[in-house]
Amino acid sequence: MGEVNTFIQAVPLEYFIILSSVLFSLGVMGVLIRKNAIIILGCVELMLNSVNLLLAAFSSYKGDGNGQILVFFIMVVAAAEVAVGLAIIAMLYRNTKSVDISIFNKLRG
Amino acid sequence: MEQIIFFFVAFLALASGFYFVFARNAIYAILSLIVTFFSIAALYILLNAQFLGIVQIIVYAGAIMVLFLYILMMLNLNKEDESRKKNLPKFIGVFSAGLLLVGILGAFKGLNQKTFAGNADSSVGLTKNLGRLLFNEYVLPFELASILILAGIVGAVLIGKKDL
Repeated sequence: MGEVNTFIQAVPLEYFIILSSVLFSLGVMGVLIRKNAIIILGCVELMLNSVNLLLAAFSSYKGDGNGQILVFFIMVVAAAEVAVGLAIIAMLYRNTKSVDISIFNKLRG
Repeated sequence: MEQIIFFFVAFLALASGFYFVFARNAIYAILSLIVTFFSIAALYILLNAQFLGIVQIIVYAGAIMVLFLYILMMLNLNKEDESRKKNLPKFIGVFSAGLLLVGILGAFKGLNQKTFAGNADSSVGLTKNLGRLLFNEYVLPFELASILILAGIVGAVLIGKKDL
């Protein structure tokens, strides 16, 4: 307990920032170019994960546990979100026999 | 040595992430997303955040991905189910995502490295310390999270019901 992790000393924080930025942009790109609704939901998960990784990295490098608690709550909310989102997609598939978002204009208010 | 491990895991995460975004077959895409989540769990463990690593494996690589695969196999999508987008919107999507990446990296350029020298006490991520923090300062959000999960389950069941 209380010892300094050698991994944190050997790898600078910038590497984690770059990695999670690239993963986040990848998720944004997937939302923009894909049309399968399930894949788009997975891209949102990818974005959430990259932000989680960045938060955990900052928290570990700072030695402050509050960031990791925040990551835990983000995971809880993401789990609930995925359950509801997949239920919505399954219901839309039952009505339209497709998961293509370009024909989902029924959701217009 | 640590840098080699980091680069290996990061390469694994990025490669499977790219495959996830560009794969045509939805099942293979979701399976490669599982690889991304596992490598992020490995990064958590390397960061001395054991609790988050285990939760990542259980919640993401276990529960959420099983849910995705289950829905995907239940819907039984055909290969031609995803209509092709035209090239111009695709190009605009890739271009704006790249622009976003440049913007984020530029925003982090002014980060003061002295604040994160990497010699901080790194035992904060152990399950014991994190549990102590969670059940002392964050008891109320923890209980609210359980209510949120319950509401999510009830909502998913209600939405998924056949006649409503």
